[in-house]
Amino acid sequence: MAKRIDVSHLNVYYSNFLAVEDVTLAVEPKAVTAFIGPSGCGKSTVLRTLNRMHEVTPGARIEGKIMLDHEDIYGADIDPVNVRSTIGMVFQKPNPFPTMSIYGNVVAGIKLKKRTKRSELDDVVEASLRGANLWEEVKDRLDRPGSVLSGGQQQRLCIARAIAIQPQVLLMDEPCSALDPISTLAIEELIHELKQRYTIVIVTHNMQQAARVSDTTAFFNIAGTGKPGKLIEMNTTANIFSSPTEKATEDYISGRFG
Amino acid sequence: MAILDRTISDDELHNLLSQRKLPRWTTLATCATAIAGSALLSFISPVSGVAGTAVFAFLLFIVLQTGLSFAVEGKRYAIDRLATTLLLSALTAALVPLVSILLTVLVRGLNAFNANFLTSTMRNVSPRRPGGGILHALIGTLEQVAIAAAIGIPLGILAAVYLVEYGNRSRLARTISFFVDVMTGIPSIVAGLFVYTGFILTLGLQRSGLAAGISLSILMIPVVVRSTEEMLRLVPRDLREASYALGVPKYRTILRVVIPSASTGIITGAMLAVARVTGETAPLLLTTFLTQSINTNPFNGPQASLPTYVWDQISSGTTASIDRAWAGALTLILLVMILNLSARLIARASRVK
Repeated sequence: MAKRIDVSHLNVYYSNFLAVEDVTLAVEPKAVTAFIGPSGCGKSTVLRTLNRMHEVTPGARIEGKIMLDHEDIYGADIDPVNVRSTIGMVFQKPNPFPTMSIYGNVVAGIKLKKRTKRSELDDVVEASLRGANLWEEVKDRLDRPGSVLSGGQQQRLCIARAIAIQPQVLLMDEPCSALDPISTLAIEELIHELKQRYTIVIVTHNMQQAARVSDTTAFFNIAGTGKPGKLIEMNTTANIFSSPTEKATEDYISGRFG
Repeated sequence: MAILDRTISDDELHNLLSQRKLPRWTTLATCATAIAGSALLSFISPVSGVAGTAVFAFLLFIVLQTGLSFAVEGKRYAIDRLATTLLLSALTAALVPLVSILLTVLVRGLNAFNANFLTSTMRNVSPRRPGGGILHALIGTLEQVAIAAAIGIPLGILAAVYLVEYGNRSRLARTISFFVDVMTGIPSIVAGLFVYTGFILTLGLQRSGLAAGISLSILMIPVVVRSTEEMLRLVPRDLREASYALGVPKYRTILRVVIPSASTGIITGAMLAVARVTGETAPLLLTTFLTQSINTNPFNGPQASLPTYVWDQISSGTTASIDRAWAGALTLILLVMILNLSARLIARASRVK
């Protein structure tokens, strides 16, 4: 389990607008890779191409290649639905399904795909919620709606929901930016545990967070409005934050712009 | 936690991600096979006639496609193809009557539809003779609908503003909302009867374009209230709060922030209401009846209108008058279309660029 991702010469277009240009990077398995950069630099866009979620936006398309181990996830015989059940995703705002219970939310990805026995589901729910460090807090109220939980708990519920489908890779699009510091700490600790099992890619605006949780950091930047976003530099997190090779990276992480 | 751990080999990963697909041409091939199959069957079975063959070809296509897809692509894609086919067929079935009505009106209406038809009246034209026109009815309809809109749209919008912004879901507001919903369903002739008994018999108002406009406005108000209410409720609370936080009083917030945000939807709703009443016949017969010549004054005497014109020409029953009725129906459809298009243009122009 836990696969690596290789992106080569990725261009992303929205209709005719080139949003991201010529990104080549490697995401190592069982490690956390952070994407940082100013707003609009295309880091979320690149993240969404990793599980073909950008295809939900009308007019979006890519050029280039994205490999999951030896498998081209944009290959002619590859189904996007299957890609998404192998590469899970957690969004910026906690988005538990409002009409489903906590239990229902965790099994949503399994039950919406195929029939499974109740006892098997019970096991998956407990394992997923334990995996997301939420089990102790919700085990007595699994039948309550997801909306009774706090923001941080809701986000951990969404993580539980994402790992319940047994993904190989977990994508996180600014998972803490709507949360208070205590909930953020809980999620960051969770990310540390999750990387024992999954390949994790996280987009964040918070550079301290990138420094705390990630092993590798990729810095994206944009030359100006209307220009495409580019990958400026990618290295181990320690190197990026101590001795960046590019001037733009140094300016950004030392807070001189962005 | 072993349940969540899943180690998969490269082959397993490929099986997990890939999806066998039928090539594009199979849809066409299946279609051809189904048609050929049902044509063949029509020779050797009691299923006969174009309709029977078509229905059978359709069923055969569904069975063949679903079966083939199930065998090659698996359950999910087979169901997907079946559902897509059914949805497209439902769409086609829903469009057939619409297209058929439009085509029939267009083809039959063009017999009598020309420049002369739009610029002359029925004054001194015998029902048996061709010729004559619709100018008097066009003038009448435009005036009556304008009166209806002038009364109905402001009343409707103001009522909706009260319900959403000031009603606060009080018992009064909920009761009004309920009766507005009921009103959208009242038969149009009841609106005509209301104006006939309330204004013409009781208050002594003449049968006139004004009386017709009032009855049409009664039909418009619930539609306008309903659509405006929905649009105002869609305006996010944050916007109202942003305005209050600047020290803007409530009435200016409603006028400058809430209504402009919802304006596109409100205009669309109002135009739909106008389009709905433009074709009403029954209330006009009670409130203004009809004439064969121009009456530009909506406050005095009977006025013609497009729907009553069509009704009148159909009742005459001669070839020439039935041609005129179809041409009148065509004019009515064109008028509603122009009203709709102009509403869209207004809505687009009013948007911030």
